[in-house]
Amino acid sequence: MAGGDAFLKELQAGDPLAYAKFVEENQGQVYNLALRMLNDPQDAEDVLQETFLSAYKALPEFKGRSSLSTWLYRIASNASLMRLRKKRPETVSVDEPLTLDANDSIPRQLADWSSLPEDELLSNEARHIMEKAVSELPEPLRIVFVLRDLQGLSTAETGEVLGLSVGAVKTRLHRARLRLRETLSSYYAERMQ
Amino acid sequence: MSHETCKNLLSQLSDYIDGDLEESLCAEIERHMEDCPDCQAVVNTLEKTVELYRSTERTEVPPDVQSRLFKVLELEEIIRGR
Repeated sequence: MAGGDAFLKELQAGDPLAYAKFVEENQGQVYNLALRMLNDPQDAEDVLQETFLSAYKALPEFKGRSSLSTWLYRIASNASLMRLRKKRPETVSVDEPLTLDANDSIPRQLADWSSLPEDELLSNEARHIMEKAVSELPEPLRIVFVLRDLQGLSTAETGEVLGLSVGAVKTRLHRARLRLRETLSSYYAERMQ
Repeated sequence: MSHETCKNLLSQLSDYIDGDLEESLCAEIERHMEDCPDCQAVVNTLEKTVELYRSTERTEVPPDVQSRLFKVLELEEIIRGR
């Protein structure tokens, strides 16, 4: 992301050239986050628009306590979660304590498929299974997994975006990964036979 | 995966594959895996799961989505004028 105090001042003053640059540089990260959270291109586009409209309005209030990138991720994450909640009102809020059963995390699939050839691991069908597995994660786990493992944020940055402690991020990430491993294992184990 | 040691180690596996675990605990996991093919399989496949997801390509924002975004933000002319 383009940095520097001068650029930030231009953004906060509502300079359209600076904002166009800001949008061009960051639309990819927002779109991918929304697509991975919502698994629907139309919803992802709506979140993309909402995020940059909200960011434009909120920029004058940006205090620089976090990086501009973290701040934008926070707006995009909230917009994605709001949209999910509108679609499925029973959705669990990301800051509610998790009530997942501890046994839920115990691995059941024990086949070692890790050395299957790459073309089998990354076939079109396998990619579809991978995407579906993410979309089936409970939202509090999904948002952490998407930010940390798909968008490449650090554990600390993910915590900052979501208002979670590093410990909470790690626990959720681990549970998400175990669930995904389980789903992928069911699929790939069949390919080994 | 029913052994008590396996259950205890399981909670640390993400830290292990992320390289966030202290050396003595890494050594403990590695010692355990030598005698426990189930844990070895879980570590290998967990590591591969993360690797596969991290290797997925980002989706480019489609040109029509970009145009509608700039229109909504009233930045169309700025982009066109450059």
